[in-house]
Amino acid sequence: MKGFRYLEGVATLELSPEACIGCGRCVEVCPHQVFVLEGKLSRIVDLDVCMECGACAKNCPTAAIRVDAGVGCATGLINEWLRERKIRQVGKGCCS
Amino acid sequence: MPQVSTELLLADRTGAWKVRWGIGRMDYLVPPGLYAIGTPSPDTPVVVTANYKMSYDIVRSSLAGRNVWLLVLETYGINVWCAAGKGTFGTDEIVRRVKATRLAEIVGHRRLLLPILGAPGVAAHEVAKRSGFTVRYATLRAADLPRYLDTGGVTTPQMRELTFTLRERLVLVPVELVGALKPTAVVATALFLVSLLLGGGAAGGMALVAAYVGAMLAGVVAAPLLLPWLPGRGFALKGVFAGLAWCLAWYLAAGGSHWGVPTTLAAFLALPAVSAFHALNFTGCSTYTSRSGVKKEMRLSLPLMGSAVAAGLLLLAAGSFF
Repeated sequence: MKGFRYLEGVATLELSPEACIGCGRCVEVCPHQVFVLEGKLSRIVDLDVCMECGACAKNCPTAAIRVDAGVGCATGLINEWLRERKIRQVGKGCCS
Repeated sequence: MPQVSTELLLADRTGAWKVRWGIGRMDYLVPPGLYAIGTPSPDTPVVVTANYKMSYDIVRSSLAGRNVWLLVLETYGINVWCAAGKGTFGTDEIVRRVKATRLAEIVGHRRLLLPILGAPGVAAHEVAKRSGFTVRYATLRAADLPRYLDTGGVTTPQMRELTFTLRERLVLVPVELVGALKPTAVVATALFLVSLLLGGGAAGGMALVAAYVGAMLAGVVAAPLLLPWLPGRGFALKGVFAGLAWCLAWYLAAGGSHWGVPTTLAAFLALPAVSAFHALNFTGCSTYTSRSGVKKEMRLSLPLMGSAVAAGLLLLAAGSFF
């Protein structure tokens, strides 16, 4: 994505090449071009632009991709934190 | 079969405008099901979308003059991307909706065209296994659908790239502003009362409220609009810069040279922290922040913001006694 990059070195995305069958689904679903198909395998080319939406992992037929997926949303994380501690939610959360 | 018009009427446009301002947002939905655009045949493509009326309107109007099936999923009035995140735009709902609409009897082919931003909720291989329909993630934006269909299903790199243009950021600001109004009213009232208690008078109270509202606007309006030009990667840090700019402007406009040292320090500590908090909240609207990134940013910035606001309030109180 041109002009925007978020924090470096935090993305939890992992791809295990042994499990990859090169179907290209991850390339198809990633809106930030994190993956490329090289030969018969997928490869992560730009880990830091991953927004951890989880589309690649969800659509990988051999479960070769792992990511701590979720929404990058401060309100959502605050509400999650409050919920875990059984405190009332503030507002309705993100895109409620 | 319900027939769909591809023309947006005034009511559709005012509805979209109201939703952008947070009016009746959760009631803006259409019944899920299968709709016909033009006069589709058993060979025509099936486009899948959410039952948020704004999503549905954008998709149907982009398909003007075509024959297409439109399969609308039950996402409870939430847009494709957010619904995918929650899993309502998901594998189960697609399988259920395909069966409920008897799609297999209506079309001869076995292909569904999905928006790319629906992918976080859908496992394409599961849909194929359970419904017999294969999933193609067509384009990210509905506006690219006609070209995708014309070229026989080619997704160009540009069609799958997320953007965050000035216009895309601008349309998000109103609803954020409406969301910030209630907490702002509460804090502003409290500040006004504190100022009265400390002997600042009504004028001093109003000045305090204006400073605070300006800091909120710097975080809710200025930071999102100036996002690519504000320094730093973190949204909170960008908010600090927007807040500092506001504070400096307020200092010059409100006769800051007559403020005491504690008041000046208080303003430059607390106001940027308020802007930073609101700018951090915009991560939820952005198209490129990650869960891990926001977590890290919150861990670093929330204690700093809290300390800055607390120090600001103490200094303000101290300043009123000198």
